[in-house]
Amino acid sequence: MAKSEVRGRRRRGLQTGSDEIITLNNVSKAYATGAPALNGVDLHIKKGEFVFIVGDSGSGKSTMIKLLLRELIPTSGEINVMGYDLVRIRHGRIPKFRRNLGIVFQDFRLLKDRNVYENVAFAQRIIQMPNKVIKRNVPSILATVGLAGKYKAKPRQLSGGEQQRVAIARALVNRPSILLADEPTGNLDPKNSWEIMKLLEQINENGTTVLVVTHNREIVNAMQKRVVTMKKGVIVSDEERGGYIDDED
Amino acid sequence: MRISTFFYTIKQGVINIFRNKWFTLASIATIGACLFLFGLFYSVLMNVQSIVKSAQENISITVLFDEGISDDRIAEIGALIEKRPEVSHTRFISADEAWESFKDEYLGEYQDGFTENPLENSASYEIYLADVSMQPALVTYLEGVEGVREVNRSEITAATLTGVNALIAYISLGIIAILFAVSVFLISNTVTIGIAVRKEEITIMKYIGATDFFVRSPFVIEGMMIGAVGAVIPLGIIYVVYNQVLEFILTKFSMLTKLLSFVPVETIFARLLPVSMAIGVGIGFLGSIVTVRKHLRV
Repeated sequence: MAKSEVRGRRRRGLQTGSDEIITLNNVSKAYATGAPALNGVDLHIKKGEFVFIVGDSGSGKSTMIKLLLRELIPTSGEINVMGYDLVRIRHGRIPKFRRNLGIVFQDFRLLKDRNVYENVAFAQRIIQMPNKVIKRNVPSILATVGLAGKYKAKPRQLSGGEQQRVAIARALVNRPSILLADEPTGNLDPKNSWEIMKLLEQINENGTTVLVVTHNREIVNAMQKRVVTMKKGVIVSDEERGGYIDDED
Repeated sequence: MRISTFFYTIKQGVINIFRNKWFTLASIATIGACLFLFGLFYSVLMNVQSIVKSAQENISITVLFDEGISDDRIAEIGALIEKRPEVSHTRFISADEAWESFKDEYLGEYQDGFTENPLENSASYEIYLADVSMQPALVTYLEGVEGVREVNRSEITAATLTGVNALIAYISLGIIAILFAVSVFLISNTVTIGIAVRKEEITIMKYIGATDFFVRSPFVIEGMMIGAVGAVIPLGIIYVVYNQVLEFILTKFSMLTKLLSFVPVETIFARLLPVSMAIGVGIGFLGSIVTVRKHLRV
């Protein structure tokens, strides 16, 4: 276990328990070429937490998100998310696992040829929700993210902030236990960035565990949430009400 | 699967077809071109085989009998010949019939000078073969039959036709094999290009938690529809063109109609239609399944 991680856990007084929703135990990931992307990482996140994961490029943030999505398998270590053992999960069970996970990306990743309504409804069609339920749920979630009036618009007709709201609505419509946001404000101006973060905070207050990977120093420092800082594949700091740690190199 | 999911999948497949117009057109053109060549070649092959077959049917062996042979023995020999598996049918020509035919053909007005039949010993069997390649075996057999004086055959024609038939079979197999190799290559390329455009869409679907089946189904339906249309178009063209070519040959080269027997379009289509449809839909089905599979490992 990395020294810094022991320090972080001691500081936060974390213990592995049944209220943990994300558990990484001694997780390493090495790609075929180059240095290991993650090196002996331990991370424990409880239900209902709001956690920032920060770090420079190459720190291992993206690899961690890919591991949590089960897009990648660790080279060694254990990953458990919502009771799913992501090292041993069968390929056929991965869709069911992902349905409990809301995902938001920096580049929104909306289906460009479908309108706002269909983009959000798509997440419900995947879980075979009946049409009448979809017709009830989608307008309701669009109202939550403030896009009730734009359900007919195509993604290209929306601003960046609006597209990210659609992505958040899509991530939330199936009422996931966890919301993973990978640089959700990376393509947005400060005003839209704040609005999106406020929305994520509101979602967290309603009981969803929120994990945000970001570069946005201002937001991290202002929101006073748990901050996990990564550098060169290890967790160098894990603070309960932390701030963005500058690179000392 | 829920009924609403079923209809959603069908709808998405149809939408995909119109959404990617150029991809759709390229795929239909590729499958269509391959199936058109296949249909064209099949039609030509069927006709050549039919012509060879009818030529084979006209090849006969003539069996003449010993002098003074009894009618009973001739009938017995006739029964023996009929039993042979390589024989299609036989025709008995009596001495009188042979003389009548000879008189009409060669003597004309001079035939009155004959009071007796000079071809008294010329009763014969004309034997038509089901398979001309068996001719030498049959001739050997007939020469050994008691009461048979002479067996006349046209060995060169029989050998030629057998050779032509085998040659056509080999060439057609070769061309069909090349055609399929080319079409698989072209179709796989077209589908790969089409899928590359939608790779991002597939990735998004998988991230949200779509099963492989859910992601794949609209693509499979799209592929099968493209395959079906890609088959129907060349079939339609072949149907129209075939009839017109046949009509052209029959009017311009009317003397050929006695020599050559063409296959009616209905006979050609009885097999070409289901085979082409199966190939078109099958290629669409397999092409989409194989190509989407590459992108499902997200």
